[in-house]
Amino acid sequence: MAADAAGAIGPKLKDAALAALVAIALTVPILGMETVPGPDGRLTLDFHFHLVAIAAVLVFAGRLALSLLLRGRQLRPSGRSGAVAEFVSRHGTWFGLAGIAFALVLPFMPFASRYVIDVATTIVIYVMLGWGLNIVVGLAGLLDLGYVAFYAVGAYSYALFAQWFGLGFWICLPIAGLLAAIAGVLLGFPVLRLRGDYLAIVTLGFGEIIRLVLINWHEVTGGPNGIADIPRPTFFGFPFTRDPGEGETAFHELFGLEFSTLHRVIFLYYLALFLALVTNLFVLRIRKLPIGRAWEALREDEIACKALGINPTNTKLTAFALGAMFGGFAGSFFATRQGFISPESFTFIESAIILAIVVLGGMGSQIGVVLAAAVIVLLPEIGREFETYRMLLFGAAMVLIMIWRPRGLLAHREPTLTLAGSTGGTGTRGGGR
Amino acid sequence: MRRSILEVLHLTMRFGGLVAVDDLSFTAYADDITAIIGPNGAGKTTVFNCLTGFYRPTTGQLTFHGHHGPVLLERLEGFRVARHGLARTFQNIRLFGGMSVLENLVVAQHNHLMRASGYTLLGLVGAASYRRAEAEAVERARFWLERTGLIERADQPAGSLPYGEQRKLEIARALCAGPKLLCLDEPAAGLNPRETAELGELLLELRDRHGVAVLLIEHDMSLVMRIADHIVVLDYGRKIADGPPERIKRDPAVIKAYLGETEDEELPPEVAADLAASGGG
Repeated sequence: MAADAAGAIGPKLKDAALAALVAIALTVPILGMETVPGPDGRLTLDFHFHLVAIAAVLVFAGRLALSLLLRGRQLRPSGRSGAVAEFVSRHGTWFGLAGIAFALVLPFMPFASRYVIDVATTIVIYVMLGWGLNIVVGLAGLLDLGYVAFYAVGAYSYALFAQWFGLGFWICLPIAGLLAAIAGVLLGFPVLRLRGDYLAIVTLGFGEIIRLVLINWHEVTGGPNGIADIPRPTFFGFPFTRDPGEGETAFHELFGLEFSTLHRVIFLYYLALFLALVTNLFVLRIRKLPIGRAWEALREDEIACKALGINPTNTKLTAFALGAMFGGFAGSFFATRQGFISPESFTFIESAIILAIVVLGGMGSQIGVVLAAAVIVLLPEIGREFETYRMLLFGAAMVLIMIWRPRGLLAHREPTLTLAGSTGGTGTRGGGR
Repeated sequence: MRRSILEVLHLTMRFGGLVAVDDLSFTAYADDITAIIGPNGAGKTTVFNCLTGFYRPTTGQLTFHGHHGPVLLERLEGFRVARHGLARTFQNIRLFGGMSVLENLVVAQHNHLMRASGYTLLGLVGAASYRRAEAEAVERARFWLERTGLIERADQPAGSLPYGEQRKLEIARALCAGPKLLCLDEPAAGLNPRETAELGELLLELRDRHGVAVLLIEHDMSLVMRIADHIVVLDYGRKIADGPPERIKRDPAVIKAYLGETEDEELPPEVAADLAASGGG
């Protein structure tokens, strides 16, 4: 017995020593050295090797304790939560409806401050972007790292059409969607033959190209200054202002309410919710149509698709175009919500966050996207208490979630149709928040 | 006079300096099971890939009498071949593993359903005509599932099926595409004797009751000799024999290709002479 225990502890000590070594390598530049201004104003290095030593000892002890506690058990994804995921997916309709109901009454809950509604609107927009990208990444299996480009195209389309031609939001919305879809096809054509990593690189480049065009095409986009004074949304023609212009009726006058800036915030929230629900409905439907199944088949095996007479070109292009269209819709909403847009808002990190939402949610899962969007938007908000360590915490949480659920929060997939029920009644449905 | 369904004329496929298929000509008939046999690396799968549009042949003419009359396969884009009524399976099974068995079979009817859904628009609004077409597609899938004994598996993910059932499912999926000619690349590989026998029955039934011609690559000689009407033998990309099973069995060239030549025949005469001399001395 004793010999057994001694034999088992050897590799653990070695493992802990290795971890400590890595910790030393990492902490020497971070903790061990500090640049301080010297007496003559030049920078000099201060060494704090005791901090490095402390970190190494802590890592050594921690690693050893962890491996002793786990005693050979791997830190592996839990099987139980798989059952939870299956349950949620199977009863997706109910979870979705409950979610929608909650989302609908949210602005009237006692805790619904302006801040809460603002955050909720952000979540809903990310949910919508996630559902849009889900078409491309989750269903068609085309890894797109430049999704923010379509978001930008939508935002700028709305801003420019509204400014130049004085068009309203509801007219600009389809135009923005159409232009974004065209951008999607433009991206799609050159990357038809690419898959996986290579596709990711090209789409990444595409996102940057769009951003650089926005920065450099001064005459149209206003360059880095962006576009300001984008028309704010009106309630079907009734503006949300305290003092409406001649012959105009403001929203609060129409309903005989006391003027409140909250009205616009709530309206924006419902607008976002409406757009997101339209997206959801569309994706749920199209997933059960031949084109949706062809996307999934393409994700599974492109060669088999060809052998069955599916045109991979058209199938991929429709995925790109439709995914981009919803990005464009969301972009329009973003522009009218902010009232000001600039290329700053459309950096790579946005694409990464949207992709993270899709992957974290579980590829192709509608409810998963909702959960993941809530996690990704709320984590940094909750983390505000931790100030500098906010993003560190965010990153650590993402790593932990992916270790716990490597295929996403809700990776379970329900068939689009079953033999028992002809067309499958319970797809992976999702709702509002 | 038998109706031909596929005429291969002077098919040659070169990959750089390698000649995978060398001036191959044969005809497959509409009411036949045609088998292509030959040792490993003889170019059988290459022939399939040329037929089904995955390779563009270096030279040659491939005439297929499909749903829309005769068509030259070598001029078609890969995915269009299936639309003329030529479906295939793969040596290494290619199913849509994450999708259910039924979905696999419905995807095979994509082009028909795509038209029925008004290229998605009618389907989005839930038109009755589309729902009817989808129900028909499910019925067709159900028919082949029952025929292949996979009906119990319909709603399971295709990737979770045991190997033998995956082979069957791939054939069922190809059949759902509504082919006139079904090309099977080693369908019996990895099957146990009972499953192989069932496969044979299925192929005979396809020929006799469903009017589907079969072109088959297979190494299981007992299966080939039992069900094939017509056998084409390839070796090093060339056709070395072509005819009914009884004749192929006795063909000296075929026996040579499969069993190898005897030693003294294979060696160049001067080497053989040397050997004899040294053995004697």
